[in-house]
Amino acid sequence: MWLMRALLGLLGATLVGAAAFVALAWRSEIPAVEPPNKAAFDPALVTRGAELTMLGNCNVCHTKADGRAYAGGRGLQTPFGTIYATNITPDPDTGIGRWSEAAFLRAVREGVRRDGSHLYPAFPYDHFAKVSEGDLRAIYAFLMTREAVRADPPANVLPFPFSMRTLIAAWKLMFFKVGEFRPDPVLSTELNRGAYLVEGLAHCGACHTPRNGFGAERNEAYLGGGETEGWHAPALNASTTAPVAWTADQLFHFLRNGYVPAHGVAAGPMRPVANNLGAVAEADVKAIAAYVAAIVGPSTAGRGERLGRAGASGDQHSSGSHADGRTADGAAIYAGACAPCHEPTGQRFSARGIPLASSQLVTSPEARNLAHVILEGIAPPQASPAAMMPGFADTLSDAQVVALMTYLRSSFSDRPIWKDVEDTVRQVRRSAAEGY
Amino acid sequence: MLTLNVNGRQQQIDVDATTPLLYVLREDLALNGAKFGCGLGQCGACTVLMDDKAVFSCITPVGVSEGRRITTLEGLGTADHPNPLQRAFIDEQAAQCGFCIAGMIMRAQALLRHNTAPTQKELREHMRPNLCRCGTHMRILAAVQRAAAAMRSAAMEPSSREVRR
Repeated sequence: MWLMRALLGLLGATLVGAAAFVALAWRSEIPAVEPPNKAAFDPALVTRGAELTMLGNCNVCHTKADGRAYAGGRGLQTPFGTIYATNITPDPDTGIGRWSEAAFLRAVREGVRRDGSHLYPAFPYDHFAKVSEGDLRAIYAFLMTREAVRADPPANVLPFPFSMRTLIAAWKLMFFKVGEFRPDPVLSTELNRGAYLVEGLAHCGACHTPRNGFGAERNEAYLGGGETEGWHAPALNASTTAPVAWTADQLFHFLRNGYVPAHGVAAGPMRPVANNLGAVAEADVKAIAAYVAAIVGPSTAGRGERLGRAGASGDQHSSGSHADGRTADGAAIYAGACAPCHEPTGQRFSARGIPLASSQLVTSPEARNLAHVILEGIAPPQASPAAMMPGFADTLSDAQVVALMTYLRSSFSDRPIWKDVEDTVRQVRRSAAEGY
Repeated sequence: MLTLNVNGRQQQIDVDATTPLLYVLREDLALNGAKFGCGLGQCGACTVLMDDKAVFSCITPVGVSEGRRITTLEGLGTADHPNPLQRAFIDEQAAQCGFCIAGMIMRAQALLRHNTAPTQKELREHMRPNLCRCGTHMRILAAVQRAAAAMRSAAMEPSSREVRR
């Protein structure tokens, strides 16, 4: 009898627990509306929304390669599977044309679709929760006045149980906090503006903060370096390995123009971000730069001295002391393929590659960004008609790229040789061939 | 001593491994098709094929090309017997000063080796690294498409070598 009662009790508790979870997970549908009249939106609000949409980099994920702007369909690779960005043009059937402003605000700040189901946190609502209602209303006005594009994104490729959206409710319980940004009265207006943008709309941490096993940002390692699209997103905090100290002014030029002579070019997934920041209000980019510089600044003091040392050893093209002779090959490849641009030659025309002793790729904790750049090259930044860096994928074999990277690491940084560079190079070459 | 495979011939050359492949081709092997334009991998005048892929020979240290198949303009055809792509460049009169043309032909050849039916978009994307200062781009594009068409119809003819084999 007692056994029966215990079992019933257990069953009851399980049911109550499940009911409580379903109640928490359950979000109501917000009724569809007739697509709003574009002319009804205040043009000033739309203009402001255009800039905020750029600051939020909405176009980067919600536009696929060669696709129509904001029509979605771009696949985001995550450790759990591929999630395809949705169509956020005002198409009534495949986009957000029937979404009221209230539905849009809830989706962006709470990660809930109009129909009440949960959105995957690949959509960074953990950052967007901090954006002010006024800014989101401007973004809504901008998006709803775009050209409607009929386009359904491919279905997400997520294995069970990640395919169950109800589980996202549990994720939110553990890792998601609703609440707008609160300025810190101790900080200047500019730093608060920068913090508001970096932590909120610009969602820098989505790439630059490492994630835990559940795919949530690890707050204790805020901006401590993460990963995105097969690239390492470098640390923007005290754990940075940048060989040259970043100043707020350099950060501003880097973000604004995609290039700053002291550090080089914004490559990989950072390129479209810099393109967007080239088109917004200068004061906002300055605020972002000031805030990031305040986080990264103190830790990079005294780097000039180290740079001098690394640069000096690099100038000699000495073939290092690695027993397998890879460094010797690497030195020859550097001299023939890299030095023409990366060292001053006295030529009148120069491609002006940065000295590699000041390259953050060479000192990076991870080898893959350097592998990406060697294999794929770098297109000139949009804001300045500069030289391009050609890719060497067709010129160098995997073994030659490894030898070159080993040489660069040992000659232009004081850091230990990367582990498993062979695997990294193979992976990066494969991902480039697949078009990621 | 380095051993290079250039246009199907093994060549022994005594040079430093850091020497640009372009210098070796022009100065040691008297293959003057590839040109020195910028010397920085920016213009494409030096383009040659390495294992069927277009590379800038000015920033290719000769050491890395050992054991690879190198093809220069001279390896495609001769003045009397131009290959289909060279023939098409002549027919379209695609050269003005001509300095970029060897590089243009080699880059286009790399495309035609694996794709004889490129779309205009694919073609433009592929040819993008090579610059022409005279502005004969439209004729260059037309020449590559003409060559592609010629190669496609040759592949369909019963007398073509591919079919006879």
